[in-house]
Amino acid sequence: MNVFKALALCAGLGGLLLSAAYAEGLQGKVIGFSQIGSESGWRAAETSVTKQVAAELGIDLKFADAQQKQENQIKAIRGFIAQGVDAILVAPVVATGWEEVLTEAKEAGIPVVLLDRGIEGPEDLYLTSVASDQVKEGRVAGEWLVGAVGDKQCNVVELQGTVGSSPAINRKQGFEEAIAGKANLTIIRSQTGDFTRSKGKEVMEGFIKAEDGGKNICAVYAHNDDMAVGAIQAIKDAGLKPGSDILVVSIDAVPDIFAAMVAGEANATVELTPNMAGPAFEALDAYLNNGTVPPKFIITESKLYTPADDPQGEYERRKGLGY
Amino acid sequence: MTRQTVDLRPSTEPPLPRPRPLASLVTRPQVIALAAVLFVNWLLFPGFFTVTWQDGRLFGSLIDVLNRGAPVAILAIGMTMVIATKGVDLSVGAVMAISGAVAAVMVTSGYPAWLAVLAALGAGLVCGLWNGILVTLLEIQPIIATLVLMVAGRGLAQLITEGYIVTFSDPVLIFIGTGSFLGFPMPVVIAFTLMLLATLIVRRTALGLLIEAVGINRSAARFAGLSSGALLLIVYTFAGFCAAVSGLIVAGDIRGADANNAGLWLELDAILAVVIGGTSLMGGRFSIPMAVLGAMIIQAMNTGILISGFSPEFNLVVKSAVIIVILVLQSPLSARLFRRLPGKSQ
Repeated sequence: MNVFKALALCAGLGGLLLSAAYAEGLQGKVIGFSQIGSESGWRAAETSVTKQVAAELGIDLKFADAQQKQENQIKAIRGFIAQGVDAILVAPVVATGWEEVLTEAKEAGIPVVLLDRGIEGPEDLYLTSVASDQVKEGRVAGEWLVGAVGDKQCNVVELQGTVGSSPAINRKQGFEEAIAGKANLTIIRSQTGDFTRSKGKEVMEGFIKAEDGGKNICAVYAHNDDMAVGAIQAIKDAGLKPGSDILVVSIDAVPDIFAAMVAGEANATVELTPNMAGPAFEALDAYLNNGTVPPKFIITESKLYTPADDPQGEYERRKGLGY
Repeated sequence: MTRQTVDLRPSTEPPLPRPRPLASLVTRPQVIALAAVLFVNWLLFPGFFTVTWQDGRLFGSLIDVLNRGAPVAILAIGMTMVIATKGVDLSVGAVMAISGAVAAVMVTSGYPAWLAVLAALGAGLVCGLWNGILVTLLEIQPIIATLVLMVAGRGLAQLITEGYIVTFSDPVLIFIGTGSFLGFPMPVVIAFTLMLLATLIVRRTALGLLIEAVGINRSAARFAGLSSGALLLIVYTFAGFCAAVSGLIVAGDIRGADANNAGLWLELDAILAVVIGGTSLMGGRFSIPMAVLGAMIIQAMNTGILISGFSPEFNLVVKSAVIIVILVLQSPLSARLFRRLPGKSQ
């Protein structure tokens, strides 16, 4: 079982690596990685992908789990500096308070790469930051829907993330940008599902009742896959077919949404890639070996997955990553 | 002096089993509040009261209110008893997560569903017993004693699920969360049965009286010959059991145990339901059916907000505004004002 898992994992990672252009440049390099902790399934996946990518590249990865505390991250970074590592990856838990420790790293000549979150402070404190573009994620989801419905009249209901959180704001904005100007697409209802399955289900139940038993809804757009999974159950409970009676599009690309795609119950998801380390290592490789300074902000790809993209395979590939 | 405080009289407002004129029931603030919330929902969405028969079950917004309100209602049943003893149980949300996690992990590891359900309920009993021991034997204040498990419990649940959302396809667990009996959703059936049983047990035996006695004055009750320690143990264990039942329902509903989010903040909704139901946080007089009604008021409000089409930024503001109105209606001041109304004088 474990062997299969490991095999699936390696196969998955092969696919996740965007480029085969890694030189042997990072072979044997020591890189410290200060991770926030394991607050969500996605973060666990990011940790395991980072470790796997590092192993493939022959990097000696020093991993430090900060358990959601900035002081632990600062301690870890100081530890890395003392050990004289070649580079440091940080997924910063908060945006402020990094000037001092990052200046120490800078003075020691150790490049720092930020993963998936930014910090406030002078940009010269870090080499580059790798992150996804949340507005783009929403836009990709919206563009898919625009293409999928064509000229048909389509009423969309939206399941928002936690009120006021940046993914909720940005993913909403991106989606609205994509459907702006399309008269046949309207968001008729929008409520928060708090990024959870149970709230997603409850909110969708309410929407279905309020929109003529769901007959008035043509598509649901969820800010994350978990809410979409809940919504799918609500649609089924109402006697409708998710995926055909009501289209389902969401963001994140967690394993369970691929399981739903296999069952024909979800139509599209936009990946928030857990492979932030891949582009980071690439940039470090170029910097350490050739002195090439990377752009300050590296944006990861927001890839769209539909049932045409081997959902069964994607499910197997992601299952072992810790989502 | 001591004589005065050992007030073992039954509650001044007699609970369910005793015959009572219908008029006094409908003029209760809780019933008026529920009717008002439902009325506003109907104004916002005219189809609110439409209930149809679909796929062998009842289907409609009103059924949603009952179904979604059931987990908090079940928590409120246990919470009422705890609060009646002048305690509080903050850990019930975390215990829900533990119970769901235990059941989900067991069925996915191949154990039969009945064993998983028993283990989940057992976990709830153990958690409740733990709270009870901290409160009685170690005499830690309930709010602190149960805070321990509120924090640690969610961590335990995360340990059990290893941080994943453990999904399952076991028909028995799914039936508990989403099945139906005589057209009613299973959670509603379970909540109603539990409410009926609990009410009968506390009111047809001396248990209710004893709980009230301990709540009003624990030492006095002990001097009167009550083993208040044992009683508290029972009450906290029962609250843990209710939380476990609720946890099973929530897990069955989404076909998975979400240790991070299952039951999150529901302890506060449960306490609110109990308070809306007229049970005093100072202990003593309590009513289980009214607490269940309180849970339904909260849920009617939540469902109303969902179908109203307000933007989500308003959710919490609307909710708290309604709660303030209900609490003001129940306050001693407005009770005095009501009493002065003509036709209501004794």
